[in-house]
Amino acid sequence: MTIHEDGTLTKLVVISSDSVLPIDAALEIYESETNITIKETCFGTMVTGPEDTVNKVVKEVVEMDKNHIFVKERGFPPGDDRRCRAGRGGGPRPGFHFLRNEIGMLPIIGKALDDYDNNVPLEKVIRPEKLKVSHLKDIIKSEITR
Amino acid sequence: MTKVFIYPTNSLILSDLIERFGHTPLAMMEGVHDKITTIGIDSPPLNITPEDPKYGLKYAAVEVPAGVRGRMSIVGPLIDKAEAAIIVDDAAISFGCMGCARTNELTKFLTRDKDIPVLELVYPYSDAEGKDFVYKIGEFLNSLPKEEQS
Repeated sequence: MTIHEDGTLTKLVVISSDSVLPIDAALEIYESETNITIKETCFGTMVTGPEDTVNKVVKEVVEMDKNHIFVKERGFPPGDDRRCRAGRGGGPRPGFHFLRNEIGMLPIIGKALDDYDNNVPLEKVIRPEKLKVSHLKDIIKSEITR
Repeated sequence: MTKVFIYPTNSLILSDLIERFGHTPLAMMEGVHDKITTIGIDSPPLNITPEDPKYGLKYAAVEVPAGVRGRMSIVGPLIDKAEAAIIVDDAAISFGCMGCARTNELTKFLTRDKDIPVLELVYPYSDAEGKDFVYKIGEFLNSLPKEEQS
């Protein structure tokens, strides 16, 4: 990860595990006794502090269930006035919709990572075709005439 | 480690997979962090300054809306630094800070136009598609050099 000039880093730890809960991750971080700030959220935790410490702590958390705990960097620190809901009158913070959308896919990705680690061979994927306009018209006609 | 640019530029899944396979993700969050922690430009509530649309002229023409140029002032330098890229299309939603369709088009164009290895995929919605998605990304990332490039 890139080293920032100010030496700090904020990371989002998203938990999509059957065996690890966000509170478990938070406790693991508290136990590490390092000078970092964490915030527990509905999807996991946010960790902010000196870059080396954050990377070390996050690595320890990921090791709890490595294929089902996902991490990305976050630009704003937790509680920043420009993003925190407390000062913005509620509602989802900018960027949350996309995060929530990706969180919905994490069980699929976690399972695929398990298969990748176990060298499960890849099967051919058949993607459903997009609906043709002519077919859609037929459906509409059949609904109208019913 | 290879610097891999990702599209969607704030993707959790891509950012995580790239780090997991031993490379460095080039994501929007990195640019935003640098902006908001630089003294003198932390004027709330925005993280785009009046200077950014001017800087964005390097990537988009003057008649292009300021919003596109402002976004490109963060995304453009990431593409410049990229040594490889992963583009994932067909995101069910790409709004929030990804919301500008023209910026997204320009980002993808500049990435494809650059002479770097690019992997293009679509988001998975089933277990089989997910497996295909992860295996292709794994194969692509394993084919990239792991040592520091000078």
